[in-house]
Amino acid sequence: MSEPRLPFADPRDGAPAGPRDGVRPGMLDPIEAAAPRWRRPRLRLGRWSAPLGILGAAVAVLWILIALFAPVIAPHDPLAQDLPILQPPGEGTLMGTDALGRDVFSRVLWGAQVTIPLALLLVVLSVLIGAIVGSVAGFFGRAVDEVAMRVTDLVMAFPTVILAMVIAAALGASLVNAVLAALIVSWPSYARLTRGLVLGLRSSNYVVSGQLLGFSAFRSLGRDIAPNIVGPVLVLASLDIGTAILLLSGLSFLGLGAKPPTAEWGSMVSDAIKNFDAWWIGVFPGLAILTVVIAFNFVGDALRDALDPKSATIKGGGTTL
Amino acid sequence: MGGIDLALSRGGIHGLAGESGSGKTMTALAVLGLLPGGMTASGSIRLADTEGPGAGSDSGFTELVGAPRGVLQGVRGRRVAMVFQDPSTSLHPQLPVGRQLTDHMRHHLGLGKPEARAKAEALLDRVRVPDARGALSKYPHQFSGGQRQRIAIAVALACDPTVLLADEPTTALDVTVQAGVLQLLRELADGGDLSILLVTHDLGVMSAVADEVTVMRQGLVVESAPRQQLFTAPRDEYTRSLLAALPGSSFEQAGEDAR
Amino acid sequence: MSERIAAERDGAVPSGGRPVLEAEGIVVEYGRRPALRAVDGVGFTVAAGEVVALVGESGCGKSSLARAIVGIEKRKAGTVRLKGDDVPTLGLRRRSSAMTGMQMVFQDPNSSLNPRRRIGDQIGDGVRAALARGDRGSDPADWLRRVGLDPAMVSRFPHEFSGGQKQRIAIARALAARPGMLVADEPISALDASTQTSVAALMRSLSVEAGAGMLFISHDLSVVRRIADRVLVMYQGRVVESGVTETVWQNPLHPYTRALLAAIPLPDGAGRLPLAPAEADRLAWLDEVPAALERTTA
Repeated sequence: MSEPRLPFADPRDGAPAGPRDGVRPGMLDPIEAAAPRWRRPRLRLGRWSAPLGILGAAVAVLWILIALFAPVIAPHDPLAQDLPILQPPGEGTLMGTDALGRDVFSRVLWGAQVTIPLALLLVVLSVLIGAIVGSVAGFFGRAVDEVAMRVTDLVMAFPTVILAMVIAAALGASLVNAVLAALIVSWPSYARLTRGLVLGLRSSNYVVSGQLLGFSAFRSLGRDIAPNIVGPVLVLASLDIGTAILLLSGLSFLGLGAKPPTAEWGSMVSDAIKNFDAWWIGVFPGLAILTVVIAFNFVGDALRDALDPKSATIKGGGTTL
Repeated sequence: MGGIDLALSRGGIHGLAGESGSGKTMTALAVLGLLPGGMTASGSIRLADTEGPGAGSDSGFTELVGAPRGVLQGVRGRRVAMVFQDPSTSLHPQLPVGRQLTDHMRHHLGLGKPEARAKAEALLDRVRVPDARGALSKYPHQFSGGQRQRIAIAVALACDPTVLLADEPTTALDVTVQAGVLQLLRELADGGDLSILLVTHDLGVMSAVADEVTVMRQGLVVESAPRQQLFTAPRDEYTRSLLAALPGSSFEQAGEDAR
Repeated sequence: MSERIAAERDGAVPSGGRPVLEAEGIVVEYGRRPALRAVDGVGFTVAAGEVVALVGESGCGKSSLARAIVGIEKRKAGTVRLKGDDVPTLGLRRRSSAMTGMQMVFQDPNSSLNPRRRIGDQIGDGVRAALARGDRGSDPADWLRRVGLDPAMVSRFPHEFSGGQKQRIAIARALAARPGMLVADEPISALDASTQTSVAALMRSLSVEAGAGMLFISHDLSVVRRIADRVLVMYQGRVVESGVTETVWQNPLHPYTRALLAAIPLPDGAGRLPLAPAEADRLAWLDEVPAALERTTA
């Protein structure tokens, strides 16, 4: 028979964790700790986590397919101004037309091609830069750590969105600059997370054992540390895709990203402000942003629940720890 | 796990031994109706009544298996109390010791504040915590591990339970400190009314204080006998192998194969 | 303790054998102002093929001492030499191949193995360390067999094993490096009671067989008596009694050692309560009893 682990002292198989043993129990959730304050509060999906994750994945995949096949699916050229202007949905077009006679439906589909790949690229680059800086800082410590962490402090001291706006404005309005600005503000949280995880594992018994066996720093990082921190980093990354989409379309909304004729969701919403009566111009790209962001967030939360035993529900117990 | 028969006699210490995963702790938890989700107890767990009609007679029992919540809550902490391995998990870190002792008494026994305080002091005296009066206003972290375990025992005894379930109460303690706690358990049992179910993997501890010993393996009882008999003439092969693995037991030689 | 074992043990101590490990005046401190002195000037030697046990209550500094010996903890003062070479503190620089001649087994088997690597690969790290030093290589599967596990399990991951099995794997990895010195910090206290003795016995037989010295830290005195040639009794950062295990056992001189031995409950079924020391006695435990140190035969 097997005895389920109890919340109170059950010393028997698990070791009585000494002060140095492992970092997990009682440690601040590293993802929670690394996330800047403005990041959305954690969803507590409980037992809905897995089904919602699957739903989210399905919607996310659907949007990625739309992005890939937009040229095939879209009924109109997203830039062509050849339709009657401000036509409501249903009268000839699915989602109506905008003030310049462009098909909103086609623009929403093409918009996926702009925002989703850029958001993914942004997250990948943030993870890469953050993970490299964080592991080096965490493993080597001392001056390297000090410098790296002061830089992250510097970036994280400013409100993220405002700092991104300032940088994007300074660089000049373009999509590439918007991504660059978003990158500058988003890598530090990965650096912090990675550093924390590396610091925790550095003194763990198996890393020390490796060092006693003559592992170089590089080998310790690659063999013992990296494989054991990819999980949490990937969870944070998946939770961040939604945020990245919001940030990029937010910058475009403010005119700091995509330039006018480009079919981009943020700038489409901002177009709608000038024609407030034509609700369809803003609502449909807005819905696109909403569904994509929620979909990726569900995926991220499900991943986190699957990888992080602390937040998982105990079978039968039904309590979220 | 199945078919476990245990009988605790008044004023005795009954030892429950076995490897981890053998179901010792689960047996103790079943008594309190505290089995983790997905596990249920069947059979019969009966607790002798000490008050009300039928007290002391053969028919005066409270059935605990399948008992309604209200009955179990009256039993838990009041008539059956529990002490765990790690005293720091069973004591509230941010409440003074006195408060933790008196809360129980005031809740379960309906005592007034001064009476509860006086009783708490007497209890700390009984478990040999030095300067009982001063200790009441201290916090758990201000005591050593051994003292904390004594305090945890005092908290368990606050409502004069008839049964004390002690789950590995000395495992986390140093051997010199363990000796003192074992003496305390023995004294409490010898005091008369308290029966102790001592769950431990340490047969040395078992040999020192238990009157009756039950050995469990994989959820089943393999042997149950008076202490002397179990240690000197175990009938079961498994009990013998457990003893053989121990230095200092009468069967030690047999265990040399482990070398 | 049977005489057979005692004889075997005595035979395993090369009298006047060259020490593998020499430690002198080790001091370990934590924090600053006021610094907490965990280890307060401890020195000892371990010879090849000898098992030296370090016993004492929790918080007496035995783990700090072990970590200072291996170089995980920084020493405030004192020297540690492995076969004559100074042991440096573990840092960013890679350990020299000479220093891989000292290996450690930790208390918690669950954190001793990398959860994401196959156990065969991890034992292989030990084999590679031995090869890098110019020592003989070996087969990880063979090490599994020697620690009592199925050699076919090399390609499994740590989570597929119980705590006791993981500890055996950690021992295999340490020994695969063919160390001259093995430091074991409470290697059995996190294990099941039923496997504690056999793992301890296994550690002794393998290290003696390999001709390695072993420092075995434990609070379990009955196990220590069974496997150690010599014993160091530590109290509050100092060694208060040391010498041949059986001598110390039969005739403890220091009041702390006496209290410690009297407090062990024996599984003899006699129902004897172990002696609990009175608070007042504890003061005497700080005494220095020079005669209790470096004790030879009874």
